[in-house]
Amino acid sequence: MTNGLSREQVVNGSLLALLLAAPLIAAALDEPFYVSLATRVAILALAGVGLNLALGYGGMVSFGHAAFFGLGGYVAGIAAFHAFEESAFLTWPFTIGGSDQLLVVWTVTALVVALVALAIGAVSLRTSGVYFIMITLAFAQMIYYLAISLPTYGGEDGLSIYLRNQLPMGDSAEPLTFFFVCYGLLLLALFVSARLVASRFGAALQCARMNEVRLATLGIAPFPVKLTAFVLSAVITGIAGALFADLNGFVGPSMLSWHRSGEIMIFVILGGVGRLFGPLAGAALFILLESFVGGFTDRWQLILGAVLLAVVLFARGGLIGLLAGKLRHG
Amino acid sequence: MSLAFLIEQLLNGLQFGVMLFLMAAGLTLVFGVMGLINLAHGSLFMIGAFFCSWIGEVSGSFWVGLGGGLLAAALAGAVIEIVVIRRLYDRDHLDQVLATFALILILSEVTRWIFGDQPLYLDVPPLLAGALPLPGGGGYPIYRLAIIVVGLATAYGLYLLITRTRLGMRIRAGESDREMIGALGVDIRTLYTAIFALGAALAGLAGGMVGVLQSVQVGMGEPVLILAFVVIVIGGIGSVKGALVGSILVGLTDTLGRVFLPRLFALMLPTAEATAVGSALASVTIYLLMAAILVWRPRGLFPVGA
Repeated sequence: MTNGLSREQVVNGSLLALLLAAPLIAAALDEPFYVSLATRVAILALAGVGLNLALGYGGMVSFGHAAFFGLGGYVAGIAAFHAFEESAFLTWPFTIGGSDQLLVVWTVTALVVALVALAIGAVSLRTSGVYFIMITLAFAQMIYYLAISLPTYGGEDGLSIYLRNQLPMGDSAEPLTFFFVCYGLLLLALFVSARLVASRFGAALQCARMNEVRLATLGIAPFPVKLTAFVLSAVITGIAGALFADLNGFVGPSMLSWHRSGEIMIFVILGGVGRLFGPLAGAALFILLESFVGGFTDRWQLILGAVLLAVVLFARGGLIGLLAGKLRHG
Repeated sequence: MSLAFLIEQLLNGLQFGVMLFLMAAGLTLVFGVMGLINLAHGSLFMIGAFFCSWIGEVSGSFWVGLGGGLLAAALAGAVIEIVVIRRLYDRDHLDQVLATFALILILSEVTRWIFGDQPLYLDVPPLLAGALPLPGGGGYPIYRLAIIVVGLATAYGLYLLITRTRLGMRIRAGESDREMIGALGVDIRTLYTAIFALGAALAGLAGGMVGVLQSVQVGMGEPVLILAFVVIVIGGIGSVKGALVGSILVGLTDTLGRVFLPRLFALMLPTAEATAVGSALASVTIYLLMAAILVWRPRGLFPVGA
């Protein structure tokens, strides 16, 4: 590149700038709805960045990322529930109470999601291809039914979060502040993804997608590489889930449903598979379509289906592919 | 616990399993021959149920409705195959998942458009009303028995179709080498459409029969679809025999787990807790079963084309 910036970098930079500018302008015009809309875009893009790591770079078509998204949501919800009730989550063998601190919620989310993803990944990654798709779907469904069968945490009705979990400084209930938190985490996840993909580990991961045998011949076992990427991908999506629950003040089984898994996958595909900023472009397009098309017709799902079908059949590079040209193989 | 109760629950499990088989058979055939993963199979189940109840109500006969539902599902399957699915055979699984997911969104919305948001209900046909007495008192609904019979007969018919007929020969040939049978002059496009429509008809049959037992509404196919996935993963994707064994296994495990796990825990825990723990565990038993089988045999019980 002679001028230093590729077309894709310009597109990526513009996307980030647009996402930052939108809520600032909305806040200046006193339109809180659009601030919350931009926050949704940032959170869902974060979930997509997580999935993209497994799906786009690792070639692991996980159809169960709603499990991690929902788990994050439930951690936030359950922590807030016990903090509000001043009751304990666990009394034996040691006492674990609730918490209304975002930093605590995120840490616990990361731990819980990592453990669950480790178990799910260890079983699912023994298989590949279509088996992997169906098994991740089935495990997500298992967690969905488990959530429904827990009456303490709302069962089918879900759980309300009366007070948004708090930051050590600043007021998280203030819409613009919460947007900056989500935006900051999105930037962090994008940065981590970019560094990871460019690292030795990232090279091994992408090689595992293209040819596992070749990777093994190089002396690197594919399984641990893929499992690590799967867990990391799940944790990022889980944090997004915790933010989503806090944004809505509610967590329910719908966050775990397989439609949600499909949606997160749609963000990645609409934006462009294996593009760092694909999930951001996809989530933004999805939310814009949903709120504006959904505004004048009830048949929004029909339009979404048609758009998705058209992208899959005819426009495989997604939105970033359309704006920045085909993926180059160096 | 009486003997009649045990028999009743076993039959319930069998009926559920047989219904799952009708769904899983189509999925596994389509995957075995065309290498396609079809999420929209649950929508064909839903279409079968809707048309069965609608035609049944208009014509006043359940049987006409059931035939109509089956035909409608087969027809919808053929149209979907020709318009969309055909373009996906050469694509990777990710594209297939997304495109068929898009089809679910489209088909659900169109069904809602045509039939409205209200769930429909079907009555048990008079011929199959009533119950068959069980030893030790009580009775078992004849309609559910009829589902078991129809399901098992369909399984046998499918076996005959695949092993004894020319179409079955082509299906088997397609499973082992797609390109070769094309080269031998078999019209492979029509064959694919026929197989897809056959799978759709089985899903429609299942949908129509189940419409009597539950309310007919948009989205009814999705839980069944995911269970059918569990079934074919357990049985080995592509194997019809595996689908039969897997579906009976899943049907029995799920039904018996829901009934007996809470009772089992009641022996050790207070009633309220036992119900909570038992029902939570019951809702995940089949997934644990699937995980256990996969750890043991990653390609299912009856692996195809190793």
